[in-house]
Amino acid sequence: MTGSAQDEPGAVDMLDPIMIDSLGRVLVIVPAWNEQANVGNTVREILDRTTGLDVVVIDDGSTDRTAAVAREAGATVIALPFNLGVGGAMRAGFTYAQRHDYDAAIQVDADGQHDPAEIGRVLDGLRESDISIGARFADKGDYSVKGPRRWAMLFLAGVMSRVAGTRLTDVTSGFRAANRRAIDQYVRYYPAEYLGDTLDSLVAAVHSGLSVTQVPVAMRQRMHGNPSQNPIGASIYLFRSIFALGLALMRPGKTTGGQTA
Amino acid sequence: MIVFLGIALALVLVSIVVYMLLTRKLREKYAFFWIVIGLVVLVLGIFPQLLEGLTLALGVQVPSNLLFSLAIVLLLGVSLHLSWEISQAEDEIRRVAEETALLNTEVERLSARLDALEGAGRAERVELPSSDEVAEGSRGRDEDRSR
Repeated sequence: MTGSAQDEPGAVDMLDPIMIDSLGRVLVIVPAWNEQANVGNTVREILDRTTGLDVVVIDDGSTDRTAAVAREAGATVIALPFNLGVGGAMRAGFTYAQRHDYDAAIQVDADGQHDPAEIGRVLDGLRESDISIGARFADKGDYSVKGPRRWAMLFLAGVMSRVAGTRLTDVTSGFRAANRRAIDQYVRYYPAEYLGDTLDSLVAAVHSGLSVTQVPVAMRQRMHGNPSQNPIGASIYLFRSIFALGLALMRPGKTTGGQTA
Repeated sequence: MIVFLGIALALVLVSIVVYMLLTRKLREKYAFFWIVIGLVVLVLGIFPQLLEGLTLALGVQVPSNLLFSLAIVLLLGVSLHLSWEISQAEDEIRRVAEETALLNTEVERLSARLDALEGAGRAERVELPSSDEVAEGSRGRDEDRSR
């Protein structure tokens, strides 16, 4: 309990006893790239809605005031020197969690799409498995997609469910929590490739013997920006995701962490 | 005439590679391919009949076709090698970038703690009228460290 509990005065006093008993120290990792408009609210909301969680914002090479806004809102900031993508940002976050001896880590996107009120629910999934995914299609919320993008999601969900041996419906969701074993695995292997941060990392984790569960959560409307809903963009997404998933599935030996050194 | 051009080209290529190796501008693992290519061009330039013999032996119609195919294969090899190296390098850069960011965060945390500790220590000492000089001294050291 020495590490970063000290860099946020008052965090220790506010710890909710129930959380300490069940999960220990939990780190919220917020990857943010040019999110100065949203990251402050997201961090404040996380700190308000939860107790005893440390928030670390990974500033992924932003050119705006993301880092300063996050710091003002009360988060620890890890500022990457240039843009690495979500994969690089998350691995930096997981490495931070590992070095500061956190028991669990949860990713919450800075754009406000992930409702901080659902953090507790996603963390609860860690009671039964190593990785817990907050899924938006699990009969909750009103997030809807159509066309090729939907086919891609259904296809990915189908394949990933078979790989993980459990029913998964939203495998590209970034709203996911990891326990100690999963954090260690992520530090060993967390690709920065397109879709690698969600699909490949999950496949590698399952191949290395970690268990996955999903928890139904409601997603909010993204406060800005939208994933491509036009057919061409969605079709490209479909093919790229099939490609990424195919590669991930074809390399079972990768899980021992050959890439890391 | 064309023979001399070929030999000259090969010599220029090999000497550029050797020069870059000597001045450490090119690492040995990249030089290997270029030295091979340079030597092949040199040998073929000096003994053009080798190419004709090889063309006959392999059943290729025209010597130039064989030459072009060889060139394409070698260049493919070079560019594949470069793609591989750059992927490795990007991965290492990514690792270093993450590490830098993490260390930066640690330094910020530690210097904030240090400032708080030194501020508290100084405040205590200033209360005693005789310890002004001690406080001055510690401030001086503080500035040194921040540089």
